[in-house]
Order: sequence, then structure tokens, then C-alpha cells
Amino acid sequence: MESIAFRRRAADRVTRGLFALSAFVVILPLFLIFFDLLWKGARELKWTLLTDLPHPVGEPGGGIANGILGTLSIAGLAMAGGIPMAVMAGIYLAEYGRGKFASAVRFAVDTLTGVPSIIMGIFGYVLWVLPMKRFSAWAAAASLAMIFIPIVVRTTEEMLKTVPASVREAALALGIERWKTTLFITVRTATAGIVTGILLAMARIIGETAPLLFTALGNQFWQSGLDQPIAAIPLQVFNYAISPYDDWHDKAWAGALVLIGMVLAISGGARYFTRVRK
Amino acid sequence: MENALQVKDLCAWFGDHQVLKNITMDIRRNSVTSVMGPSGCGKSTFIRCLNRMHDLTPGFRVAGDVLFDGRNIYSEKIDPVLLRRKVGMVFQQPNPFPRMSAFENVAVGLKFNGKKRSRAEMAETVEKSLRMAALWDELKDHLGRPGSSLSGGQQQRLCIARALAVEPEVLLMDEPCSALDPMSTAKIEELIEDLSDKYTIVVVTHNMQQAGRISDYVAFFLLGDLIEMDKAAKIFTNPADKRTEEYITGRFG
Ligand SMILES: Nc1ncnc2c1ncn2[C@@H]1O[C@H](COP(=O)(O)OP(=O)(O)OP(=O)(O)O)[C@@H](O)[C@H]1O
Ligand SMILES: [Mg+2]
Repeated sequence: MESIAFRRRAADRVTRGLFALSAFVVILPLFLIFFDLLWKGARELKWTLLTDLPHPVGEPGGGIANGILGTLSIAGLAMAGGIPMAVMAGIYLAEYGRGKFASAVRFAVDTLTGVPSIIMGIFGYVLWVLPMKRFSAWAAAASLAMIFIPIVVRTTEEMLKTVPASVREAALALGIERWKTTLFITVRTATAGIVTGILLAMARIIGETAPLLFTALGNQFWQSGLDQPIAAIPLQVFNYAISPYDDWHDKAWAGALVLIGMVLAISGGARYFTRVRK
Repeated sequence: MENALQVKDLCAWFGDHQVLKNITMDIRRNSVTSVMGPSGCGKSTFIRCLNRMHDLTPGFRVAGDVLFDGRNIYSEKIDPVLLRRKVGMVFQQPNPFPRMSAFENVAVGLKFNGKKRSRAEMAETVEKSLRMAALWDELKDHLGRPGSSLSGGQQQRLCIARALAVEPEVLLMDEPCSALDPMSTAKIEELIEDLSDKYTIVVVTHNMQQAGRISDYVAFFLLGDLIEMDKAAKIFTNPADKRTEEYITGRFG
């Protein structure tokens, strides 16, 4: 008897240890990346990094201010266009999506989520850059929106599905019309979850590089308009990193650190909203 | 008219499964009618037919008539949304809207039913409804608290206040006390008795004593059939059907 109890306890400990070890291995890369970036990027992490334009080769100093602004503008445009469409499509799937059309949409959205981002870039290039004959913030935003929208559609749907049926029934029984119930009660109940989904999708598109190569192109100066090539942090990191100059390599690390900082801040915001939900 | 609702030959199906079989009954205005019967006999299905709560359930079908103020609620001319403002419902599990304050919970029906009201009118109705639901004194200083942070019994009374705020004529209650402790149950029973002066109340209950205390009429269901319906005193002392007697004496069910 005792040996059985002992064996069971041992088995329990071993499995628990394995799970804990896996969890540790999962978070390890985040710490490695973060500390490596801190280590290598610290040298260039100065105030001017955030406030100055890039300097030409050989000239010390300079920053990625235009890239920060560019990334924010592209992501902002993509979200301004993408959020209403994605949230409404998510509402459709969750509240009305029972038929064949809805399952087709669901399938298409899931497929779209899996499409490699470089293809979205090529798509933006063919559909926007070629006809307009120029690289632009618009084209970049459209490419990123195509990555952003499917994620938000699905998280919105999932979050609305977590709203208990009893909430919808209660509204129905009060004689509140279905559309008002959906918009002002169900969606309101799930708002924190929907915002979390939006933030996580935002974190995802902020660091996308491949689509921008085909659409934003990059820019050494302040942007003069949204119909012009535009700078973005991931592009600057990419260009600095593949350059042969040591001080540019340092800037690549610093730029990457800024990018990771932004993603961390957004994820932190998402955590906050997740907590509000509970 | 002395009947608030008249049910004639009501049948109901979920897919091929017939759950209600030719139910015919009159529900007296300003009275409390209890619906009793063993689990699964169709009590919830029945009262949800009275305000068309099944409209969105896939595969659900009804036949027969339910007359409310003399008009068939299943006729094409009836707007179910307007019907539900006249025939309100309280559910088994208290279900206040999670992300709204107690005040908003009570005001929500008014807010969305199309008629413009001033802030003061709104506050007045909320107070009146909370008073009717015997919750005002406990809650008047905490109207901003989230509805879901109240105790179970308070939540259920909040749901009653919410239903009353849209000024229904009929209140349907599906086992409103089954999730509550005896003290809260007693409060709600008292409330039902008070409300029956002004409202027609149909309440599903499994609790014999409760049905005896609160009801004017009792309907006994078995496997989708209405076995008998009569004055509560008659059902509990001298039921016409043997099966009713067996059920209320606890010999089956
Ligand atoms: N949404 C549904 N889909 C399919 N069948 C259902 C549905 N709701 C209820 N039923 C079936 O209808 C029958 C009656 O159910 P109902 O909920 O009306 O019983 P009840 O008398 O309220 O029981 P209880 O006392 O347990 O609440 C049951 O056989 C149940 O399985
Ligand atoms: Mg039931």
C-alpha cells in the first residue's frame, strides 16, 4: 500500500515538474530577447533616438523619430479602418451567424489569419502601389489592416460568445429590440474583451516588417503626406541591421528595443482590460 | 375582462419532440397562478410561450392560441417586442446585466423602449420599481454599485424591479426562488402576494408549501399535459385527479 502511495506521489511530482519546466522554457525567449536588446541597445538608447531624424552614414547621433511617427500613423490608419469593419463582422458571426454564409466567412477569416504577412505586402503592392504609381502610408495601412481585421473579427466573435445567453434573454424579456440588445447590452458586456483583442492585434501589426517593404518603402525624413513613402521602425531596424556599419548596428538594436517596448506597453494595456473584465 | 391570458389548445415542439400537448387554461387577471409538475414536464416551456421567448430558439414550433387582452399573440399582427413589454419575465437564475450599476439595471428597459424621458422621470420610475420590489431601503444609498455585486436575493429582487419598471400587466416567473436562501425566498413570496393586487402573476415552482402560500390558482402539468387546474385550496385539499394527489402528497415526482 505504502509503496503505491509513494509511487503515485512521485508520478505526481514528475508530471508537475515537467509542466513547470515547459512553462519556463516557453517564457525563456522573451527574457533572452529583452535582456539581449537592453544590453546591446542601451548604448544608443538616448533621448535623441526618440526625437531626432536619422543622420547620414558616418555622422554620429540621430534617431528614429520619423519611424516612430510613421509606425503610429500606419497602425492608426489600419486600425481606424479596420476596427469598425472587424468588430461589426465579429458581431455578425456571434449574434446572427448560423447559416452557410457565416461558416464560409469563418473559414475565410481563419484562412486569412494564417496567410504569411509578406503575401499581404505583395497584395498591397499590386492593388495599391502599382495603380497609384507610388509607395504610401495608405498602401502600408491597407496591408496591415488585412492582417489586423481577421484577428479582431475572431476575437470579437469569441468574446461575444462568452456573454451568457441569460443576458440576451433578460434584454429580450424587457421588450428591447434585438439590434439594441446586441449593440447596447451584449457588446457592452463584452467591451473589455473586445478591446483586449484589438490591442493584441495592434501589438501584432506594429512589428510587421515584410508587408511594409512592399508598401511603405521607408523614408529618411518627416513624412510630407499619407500618399508618400513613409518611415516605420521595423523598416529602420531592418535597414540598420543589414548595413555594414557598427554604429548603425547599435541603432538597429536600439530601434528594436523601442519596438519591443511598444509591444510590451500594448500587451500590458491588454492585460489591464482582461483584468477589468473579471 | 377577467382573464389576462387565455390559452387554447397550445402545443409546442422542439424539433420532433412534442413538449406541450393541447394545453387549455384561463389565467385570471390580478391573481397568482402557480404552475407545478415534475421536472421536464414542460413548465418552463409553457410560461415562455406566454411572452414568445422561444422565438429565437431554432427548431421550436407552436400550434394553438394564446390570447392576451383577447388577441392571439402568435398572430402576425403582434409585435413580440411590444408584447414582452406587457408580459415581463423573471428567470430562475438572477441575471442582472453584468456591467451596469443597480440603477442602470432598473432603468435599462425604459431607456431602450423608445419613449424619451427626463432624468428625473427616470429616477422616479427606478425608485418606484425598487420600492415595489422591496429593495429601495436596502439599496437607495448604493444605486451606483454593479448589479452583479449584490447578494443573490437582492439580485433577484433587482431583476423583479427591472421587469416592473417597464410597467407590464403580466409577470412570468420561472422558479424565481430556487437559487435563493429561505430568508430571500420569504421576501420574494411576500412580494408576489403584494404585487398580485396590480399584476397578473404566473409562477413556476417545485415547492408545495410555497405554491400553497402564494397562489390563488394552481395548474398541474405532467409530461406535457395539463392534468388539472383549480383554486389552490381545492388542489391541495381535494384534487380531482389521482395523479395530482399523488404528486402533492409526494408519492411521485
Ligand atoms: N431548447 C430546447 N431544445 C430542445 N429541447 C428542449 C429545450 N428546452 C426544453 N426542452 C425539452 O422540453 C421538455 C420540457 O422542458 P422544460 O424546461 O419545459 O421542463 P420543466 O418542466 O421546466 O422542467 P424543470 O422543472 O426541470 O425546470 C424537456 O424534455 C426538455 O428536454
Ligand atoms: Mg424549468
